Amino acid sequence: MSVILEARDLQKSFGAVTAAADINVSVESDTVVGLIGSNGAGKTTFLNIVTGYLKPTSGSIYFDGRDITSLGPRQITRLGICRSFQIPQLFDTLSVRDNLLVGVGIVASAGGSWRHAANTDSEPAKAVETMLARFDLQSYRDMSAGTLPEGIRKLLDIAMAMVAQPRILLLDEPTSGVSAEEKFALMDLVMEAVRNQKVTVLFVEHDMEIINRYTHRVLAFSEGRIIADDEPEVALNDPEVRKYIIGETLHVKRRDSHATA
Amino acid sequence: MRIDRTIIVLTAAMAALLAFTPFLPNWAMFLFTVSLCYGVVVLGMMLLVRTGLVSFGHGLYYCLGAYAAGTLEPLFGITELAVMIGSAVAVTAIVSAILALLLRKYRDIFFAMLSLAFSMILYGLLVKTSSLGSTDGFNVTVKTLFGLHIADTAYERYLIFALTVLICWTCAVLMHFYLKSHRGRLAEAIRDNELRVEYMGASVANTIHLHYVMSAVLAGLGGALMAVSVGHIDPEMAYWTTSGEFVFITILSGTGSVLAPFLGATIFESIRSFAYEYSPNTWQMALGITMLMVIMFLPGGLWSLFKRASRRVA
Repeated sequence: MSVILEARDLQKSFGAVTAAADINVSVESDTVVGLIGSNGAGKTTFLNIVTGYLKPTSGSIYFDGRDITSLGPRQITRLGICRSFQIPQLFDTLSVRDNLLVGVGIVASAGGSWRHAANTDSEPAKAVETMLARFDLQSYRDMSAGTLPEGIRKLLDIAMAMVAQPRILLLDEPTSGVSAEEKFALMDLVMEAVRNQKVTVLFVEHDMEIINRYTHRVLAFSEGRIIADDEPEVALNDPEVRKYIIGETLHVKRRDSHATA
Repeated sequence: MRIDRTIIVLTAAMAALLAFTPFLPNWAMFLFTVSLCYGVVVLGMMLLVRTGLVSFGHGLYYCLGAYAAGTLEPLFGITELAVMIGSAVAVTAIVSAILALLLRKYRDIFFAMLSLAFSMILYGLLVKTSSLGSTDGFNVTVKTLFGLHIADTAYERYLIFALTVLICWTCAVLMHFYLKSHRGRLAEAIRDNELRVEYMGASVANTIHLHYVMSAVLAGLGGALMAVSVGHIDPEMAYWTTSGEFVFITILSGTGSVLAPFLGATIFESIRSFAYEYSPNTWQMALGITMLMVIMFLPGGLWSLFKRASRRVA
């Protein structure tokens, strides 16, 4: 498998605080990678650096062999790296349909410079319907985004990130704020929609059950460093990871796994 | 293809104005002229408000458009109406394109106050320019329209009015289609969430820049049409109270449709004319009460009345 995303010697400090140090990661295409770590460990900082929202103090990021360290979020989105947010970032006064339509419109009007925005549906409205169906949002079509339940807002936020048909999708805590009963249904829906399109996924998550069930590989962050980088079974049983992130008492049971499918 | 209802209403209104105005008394024709000129300015303000920006300084472009049209005669001896209008468009486009480089970095009250400051700079400059009549302003002369001599003819006023109607109609139709386009839809998206717009791959700064220039050109057109219709301009056009009136009408109208600004401007002008006629000392109170009523009972502007009505029918 080819390497799609590579971070080399990433370093980021905010004054005296080191948010990222010695980050060396390469992610193969068509895999699902989980990012775990306690609050302030540097997971979101890593996402922010990858998407160009933050510039690293030193080091560089390569996407498909191309150095993207100096690009901003807009250019990086156009190259094919999209993200969702821990707190959904939506157009609150617009309907669900119009939220997606804005996204489809941006893709369609950008024309040829969008290498990966292969909009298979010629008509924008059709493309919106496809997204609504894929994320099971049809019944919310005409509701304004500001009035949606939190789980649906999360889903729409992820659907918005998928509108541009990215090659890499970064999800920042997709199940935070979603009830325990709903989180697996939500992740099943998202993973199915995303994996159908062979998108490489990196997601930040605190829920080890989710990590265990959906990822091929885990990156464990602690104080800006990666302390473990391995398959979920190995990484989640790593003594360092247990000590700093998971705690000793949790026993991860392997449920029917999507990751190996 | 289904024909758009907004376009039908616009076209019908244009036809009615063109057909019936010659038979209306002078004061009514004047009222419609002023309403159209204000309406086209507010059309631009509406685009900015949709983008989440309120400018308290669009008097700048209103005045600049008027002076760009009016000064052609004293400076170059040009009295051709089409050239005067073109000059207003060109000057406001250039000035706004430059100022937008700075203004597009600001939001909310900072954007409002900075745009107000620029308009007051123009006011200050014009007041100090004695060759252009200082606070008195000067008279604007139109002699020809597309080479046809119209000065002092029986149809001069009607032709200028007809041109005003046509320009307003064109601007409203273009704006209507723009708002429905992919880029036009970005306006409300930017108002709601700039971060998401950037993360979808569109440029917030460029879109705001474009919308600012578009609204400035519309304000310039309004100013130039006012100048040639009334035949007199003065620096008051750039004063902050003029900009305030534009904001007033924008709130009164609502931003739901391109018809709203023209409706709002007509109602505003009617209230002002009649209130001034019947109670010269308290006419501002009539406007104030109207504003209070709109804010309290129709926060979406007058246009929300039509929206409510059409929802009931549907």
